[in-house]
Amino acid sequence: MRFLIHRYNPEIDKKPHMQEYTLDGFHSGDMLLDALFRIKEEDDSLSFRRSCGEGVCGSDAMNINGRNGLACITPLKSLKEPVEVRPVPGLPIVRDLVVDMRQFYHQYRSVKPWLTVHDPEPETEYLQTPEQRDQLDGLYECILCGACSTACPSFWWNPDKFRGPAALLQSWRFLADSRDQATAERLEELEGAYRLFRCHSIMNCMDVCPKGLNPTKAIGNIKKMMLKHLV
Amino acid sequence: MSALNIERRQFDTLVIGAGGGGLRAALQMAEAEANVAVVSKVFPTRSHTVAAQGGMNAALGNVMPDNWHWHMYDTVKGSDYLGDQDAIEYMCRAASHLVVELEHAGVPFSRLANGKIYQRAFGGQSRDFGGEQAARTCAAADRTGHAILHALYQQNIRAKTHFFDEYFAIDLLKDDDGYILGAVVLCIETGEPLIIEAKTTLLATGGVGQLFRTNTNARINTGDGIAMALRAGIPVQDMEFFQFHPTGIAGKGMLITEGVRGEGGYLTNKNGERFMERYAPHAKDLASRDVVSRAIAIEVREGRGCGLNADHVMLKLDHLGPDVIKKRLPGIRDMAMTFAHVDPIETAIPVFPTAHYTMGGIPANRYGQVVVPLAQSAEEPIPGLYAVGECACVSVHGANRLGGNSLLDIVVFGRAAGNHVIEYLKENRYHRPFNESMVEEAMKRIGHWQKTGDGESVDGLRDELQKAMEQYCGVFRTRDILSEGVEKVRGLVARTKDARLKDQSKVFNTARIEALELENLMGLGLATVECALAREESRGAHSRVDYPERDDEHWMKHSLYHTDGRIEYKPVRTKPMTVDSFPPKPRVY
Repeated sequence: MRFLIHRYNPEIDKKPHMQEYTLDGFHSGDMLLDALFRIKEEDDSLSFRRSCGEGVCGSDAMNINGRNGLACITPLKSLKEPVEVRPVPGLPIVRDLVVDMRQFYHQYRSVKPWLTVHDPEPETEYLQTPEQRDQLDGLYECILCGACSTACPSFWWNPDKFRGPAALLQSWRFLADSRDQATAERLEELEGAYRLFRCHSIMNCMDVCPKGLNPTKAIGNIKKMMLKHLV
Repeated sequence: MSALNIERRQFDTLVIGAGGGGLRAALQMAEAEANVAVVSKVFPTRSHTVAAQGGMNAALGNVMPDNWHWHMYDTVKGSDYLGDQDAIEYMCRAASHLVVELEHAGVPFSRLANGKIYQRAFGGQSRDFGGEQAARTCAAADRTGHAILHALYQQNIRAKTHFFDEYFAIDLLKDDDGYILGAVVLCIETGEPLIIEAKTTLLATGGVGQLFRTNTNARINTGDGIAMALRAGIPVQDMEFFQFHPTGIAGKGMLITEGVRGEGGYLTNKNGERFMERYAPHAKDLASRDVVSRAIAIEVREGRGCGLNADHVMLKLDHLGPDVIKKRLPGIRDMAMTFAHVDPIETAIPVFPTAHYTMGGIPANRYGQVVVPLAQSAEEPIPGLYAVGECACVSVHGANRLGGNSLLDIVVFGRAAGNHVIEYLKENRYHRPFNESMVEEAMKRIGHWQKTGDGESVDGLRDELQKAMEQYCGVFRTRDILSEGVEKVRGLVARTKDARLKDQSKVFNTARIEALELENLMGLGLATVECALAREESRGAHSRVDYPERDDEHWMKHSLYHTDGRIEYKPVRTKPMTVDSFPPKPRVY
């Protein structure tokens, strides 16, 4: 199988280039991450992030044949050759397939992604009906891999101002939580032309999310709630 | 690079590792207004707590009557009487409060119709000291670890904990009086070392599942903190006890939660027989993990395995119906479809026992203090050093951990250690100077990998170690096989000294990190196989074919392995805090 892998080592390379590797002997069911491990065995200078290898830690988001995804759950047999692997777009490249995610994490922190309750705490759990809890499905599962935000043109143009789909999904995760009491603060924080409203429903985010989540829908829900909140 | 040129930062307290244990401790300390640094080799939510599925035990009694004391009994029995009963009592008593705390922190637990936290049955659980099955495991679908880890990270952002993301810890700093005073770490992005001075250091670096070829663990689980402790002269405890989870996806290793069996799934062999009825007539598929793993291994060994190579068994859950599977087990359904190419709504999942959890680790007491045998006592605290979670050995899990007790362990002892650190800081207000030669030692470790020329590769040595551990130190063990294993691993340890890296660059050099991890794996692999050879009995996960019985008279004791290869032993703490001791009994499920 032929692979073209994005290579860039700032200590050596003036500019990035694509390096070709050809490997055989894959097992059926092997994932792109298995191929990257094989390449790294031959060439230990290839750098990429990885950890759980099963799609729950969110380390190995990359751009695979032009589309963001997780290397560990992308089957090799689903990929057209040569397989082009690049870092996720829109963030500064540190090396090879590794990007600097500070901007992404900053936007995540900016939506204050923690449960906020102003009432005194009871000694037992807050009660939440199964139906109320169902509202969090499709939201809390986010693994912060960054595939969505780095597939979003609005985030590419304004990564410092637009919160981006991942952060906004988290914002909605708390707005939708029956236990949370910071609705007004959360909505106020998102006011203005950029933070929320730069989303133009291009829907790349939902298209690439490796967990099948739908940030566009969450953003739509925030917009609706904001309108209701205003009137 | 001389020690004087290395950048230095000072914090009240340093936490190494940002899984649930490290983050729970950091939160406790940050909320007490300590200045907390958390060092993690990955961004915190990539830590392996994220992969925990089934849930966290606490006798909330939301589904049926329950009692922390029954939980304690189950944990002591599950540990095959190697667990320390004071720590187990502490953990089980604290459990309900800590689940409520997590819920208040935002964890999206699944819910019962009355709005309370959903609880499911898990292995080794009983009511009334060995009676009927309990339902004690609090769950957020089958993504409980993810839900807990993210909530704890979120709360730490709120509390303004200072994170050093993608920094790799090299070694601990000490002074000549034995105080631990921080660590030398390496910024992965720049390749530059950094000295973090701290009045206390807490190790929360997780387990060492990467010792074995087929495992449920993340690639990052290389036992870094345990190996650092060993290099700092601290013996490691009970390393021979390594848990094999009964249901990893066959041939691949991804975890399929015990919650599947808790929800009513069961195992079958090639004849379609529900074979656990023969091994554990009462608890059946919800017997302890060591029992179920051995049963599967025996089924396969005796020719009743499934598949072309008769090398696995099947985990059947289609009878639970699509609603239960989609609602309660959505994550493992994804996992089965991605990696085993079956939809469990229709087809059983091929499974086999898979290396999962390090019961052993850094000896610690129930305050999270690292304790070592000194002249004064068998458990003398090392000033300024703490360990919690899978890297620690408190020991609440003894010879076999119960499912649902690891998420509990990390939050209970993360919090307890945080509280103890806060007290320690009141009495130790100022930074003590550390011994500068420690920095030179740590830099030598890095410098070693700057040697160029011919040498074996890190990947090749790691593969050989993982295969050796699987072959010589697996589910069933004998003296002959273990002796060969010791020789083999000793040889690998020696060869590691002559391994070489090709990539000598600094920026995000993951090959260098993997080399440092390999050194950690090698040290712990040797500790594991040496202790397994020494322990001439069968207890919990340590199953010696040549010594098939538990031997309480000679072996109801913890092993302590020193870096020079010496093994000593210390007694199990059989006296609980307030209740009567549970004396050893034959362990049947």
